[in-house]
Amino acid sequence: MAATATTARPTDLMGLSEAEYDRAVAILGRTPNRTELGIFSVMWSEHCSYKSSKKWLKTLPTKAPWVICGPGENAGVIDIGDGQAAIFKIESHNHPSFIEPYQGAATGVGGILRDVFTMGARPIANLNALRFGDPAHPKTRHLVAGVVAGIGGYGNCVGVPTVGGETNFHASYNGNCLVNAMTVGIADAKRIFYSAAAGPGNPVVYVGAKTGRDGIHGATMASAEFDDKSEEKRPTVQVGDPFTEKLLIEACLELMATDVIVAIQDMGAAGLTSSSVEMAGKGGLGIELDLDRVPTRETGMTAYEIMLSESQERMLMVLKPGREDVAMKIFAKYELDCAVIGRVTTTGKLVLRKNGAVQAELPVEPIATQAPEYDRPWTAAAKRPVLAAADAPVRDPGVALKALMASPDLASRRWIWEQYDHLVRGHTVQRPGGDAAIVRLPDSRKGLALVVDCTPRYCHADPETGGAQAVVETWRNLTAVGARPLAITDNMNFGNPERPEIMGQFVGAIAGMRAACLALDYPVVSGNVSLYNETNGQAILPAPVIGGVGLVDDVAQTVDLAFKQAGDAIILIGKTEGWLGASLYLRELCGREPVSAQIWAPPPVDLAAERRNGDCVRSLIRDGRINACHDLSDGGLLVALAEMALTGDLGFEVAAPASDVLAHAFLFGEDQGRYLTTAADSAVALAACRAAGVPALVLGRVATGGQLTLDGRPLISLEGLRAVHEGWLPAYMAGK
Amino acid sequence: MKTAVIVFPGSNREHDVADALRRSTGKAPALVWHRDSELPDVDLVVLPGGFAYGDYLRTGAIAARSPVMNEVIRRAEKGVAVVGICNGFQILCESGLLPGVLLSNASLKFVCRDVHLRVETSQSLFTARYQTGEVLRVPVAHHDGNYFADDATLDRLEDKGQVAFRYCAADGAVQTAANPNGSARNIAGVFNATKNVLGLMPHPENATDSLLGSTDGRGLFDSLADALV
Repeated sequence: MAATATTARPTDLMGLSEAEYDRAVAILGRTPNRTELGIFSVMWSEHCSYKSSKKWLKTLPTKAPWVICGPGENAGVIDIGDGQAAIFKIESHNHPSFIEPYQGAATGVGGILRDVFTMGARPIANLNALRFGDPAHPKTRHLVAGVVAGIGGYGNCVGVPTVGGETNFHASYNGNCLVNAMTVGIADAKRIFYSAAAGPGNPVVYVGAKTGRDGIHGATMASAEFDDKSEEKRPTVQVGDPFTEKLLIEACLELMATDVIVAIQDMGAAGLTSSSVEMAGKGGLGIELDLDRVPTRETGMTAYEIMLSESQERMLMVLKPGREDVAMKIFAKYELDCAVIGRVTTTGKLVLRKNGAVQAELPVEPIATQAPEYDRPWTAAAKRPVLAAADAPVRDPGVALKALMASPDLASRRWIWEQYDHLVRGHTVQRPGGDAAIVRLPDSRKGLALVVDCTPRYCHADPETGGAQAVVETWRNLTAVGARPLAITDNMNFGNPERPEIMGQFVGAIAGMRAACLALDYPVVSGNVSLYNETNGQAILPAPVIGGVGLVDDVAQTVDLAFKQAGDAIILIGKTEGWLGASLYLRELCGREPVSAQIWAPPPVDLAAERRNGDCVRSLIRDGRINACHDLSDGGLLVALAEMALTGDLGFEVAAPASDVLAHAFLFGEDQGRYLTTAADSAVALAACRAAGVPALVLGRVATGGQLTLDGRPLISLEGLRAVHEGWLPAYMAGK
Repeated sequence: MKTAVIVFPGSNREHDVADALRRSTGKAPALVWHRDSELPDVDLVVLPGGFAYGDYLRTGAIAARSPVMNEVIRRAEKGVAVVGICNGFQILCESGLLPGVLLSNASLKFVCRDVHLRVETSQSLFTARYQTGEVLRVPVAHHDGNYFADDATLDRLEDKGQVAFRYCAADGAVQTAANPNGSARNIAGVFNATKNVLGLMPHPENATDSLLGSTDGRGLFDSLADALV
């Protein structure tokens, strides 16, 4: 060994705890050298090992007849019929995006794309879930501009449409923005590529961009809290090159069409380290690498730097013996590096050589599978009181609607999605701005419906209800366009898990998600955990972001949220009790009242009713009984009506029905499990709802002209509403 | 009608335009990798959208100097029809086949949305299926679509009927508010002097299927199918 062995613990454990360091020493039977310690550090980082979350993630439902591959691989795989599979995953790039928003967000997109095409899928859509601080915070505008430009800069260039997403603003994200990126791809169900190395003696081949000194120890950085000096961590952020990624996608897919690949894994977090350890670990084998053969961007890189670099746009493959020339030829066509850098072995060890000497020698299996796993102490979140609607202040409905539609969380996101190419590939049937995006499959009438959702203020008020709500909202949004929801990917964004109350949020959210997934036959097939989203001890509002994928058998049999025709009946489906606790109405309209200082229980989720209502709505769409549909969520009924009016450029005339629900609670309550639909003939739709035991009532009609009328009284003109709704974000970004 | 779509490293709308051509002609075009030795004998050459060579240096600048472009220029000079869409338009300008240049959008941001286009002339093999003055709705998706040329060049283009499309309002009015990128005189597409080369920033190929929102782009491909039987 070239290593200098010391018996005392080094002063810098590279993010490992003392106990973890001692465990590494026990596994090795000696003290690790610097390169070896670096490898332990990244492999056992929270980011790579899921050491705080694994115990709870295991409780999530991951199986269904249509699940081909659940969590544990690069991405989840589901069967979408006709021999096709959808492959998808969501992943966070929160910490890097806060430090360097453009590159942080761009490389987030690049990383999740690689997770998907490494399994053999052609990426067909990207989505993202973004959470920024208070708009008044001095850093927020800079972060929004940089993150949006970074996502666009990368996704637009690689030619994958960015078709959907969501954006929230809240002061808890002032020091930790959240950038979650999701990619969906399609593949031949019989040609899925996995990462387990096989065949001792087989060549280990490096392809893609050269390795540089960027992103060293990025995974470790992403596993620690921030403080005032976080911006000094800028060198740990990677730099993306979407042009190289585009070539890498085409080259890998071209190579995958041959029969020479045994296993393939992208080099994401922890770069060459995690890819080689994971490939060897999954195959129960060893790998020997000659680091002198790794293509490098600069001279003089050490083994430590090469192994821990997070340079982007790189992949590691195991090829069939003697077939290296097939890969060389394809990668030469795309002018990308392709180098045999090692061999698969039977030793079970990762052996790294450089300059003729062994630089590191580690047993693979214990690093990959004996990572520390913690049962962190947790305390359940306190149950919040229920707000009686009568205790919530009453506001003029027109004034309240205008204020809500111009509020940061509800204002139009057009400024964002117009910077994303959402049309490239020519299959985008429903564009951003609706309940869910729909992307048609090439040469087919089928399509995938895609959405991301989470309501952090619900999760904060009640993690279990919030976790369930995030799942059902994606399910509802997919249903609202006519899709059959199939599976989800989750991105768990939380604070420091070493604090029992934060761990309690995590445990609660998982419990809620689990219940919802079980009730809806809607398993988790992939996901990512991002912890330590804290700055100076201030945690974010918890955000278990859910990415949902649904199947549409015929894209012509779908609906969007736009009002279609004056005179159509507006039908509310689902039960309204007028739940104002944790609502946007309370936060945006009653912000100075004592009632809004209290954290109230969020709307409960009735999973049986969700399923019943959603299944009914989906059959109404399939049978052509309704011509528009929109799920009710943030802001409640009146906001949903206004969104349908703005999209269809038609007004409405509605009346609140006689009931014991107070008017402001009826209009702005955020009860779950509800949809607004329109139909030329309401009788058939109402009868179908009645037969299914689903509450439904006609609220009024779509109106000619641009007037929004409630109970015979004009609320606001469509154009006036459009101006404030479309105006907020562009004005904010322009510094006005 | 035989068509070659040139694929540069970084092209990303080659399949979109291939689909559009297939819808209008019933035949799939040949996708020709930029380094393939010979350009097949074709009636139409398409330079598709994307980010050829990453748009590094300057949009279209590197692609315009790739070997295949020598052959494209030679064919264009012989009268073969050439259309460049978005990045293809940028490459045509950089290669000198079309006058002017495409600068960064006035907003300095990428813009992807539907725009309205006024057909400035139906007197071309690309626009014969349209009426002069007809208003189309097609999407744009670009960061560098701000058409620029000096006034003398712009005057000459207008005098000779070389302006193919202009950005306009839904009613056809050519106004600043309808200009998505700051292009001089709202110009969205131009012909060369002999009108066998067209470059345009919008994506008619993404408006050829009613399921995707508009079929207004189809006339361009139908016109070519008629003219180049």
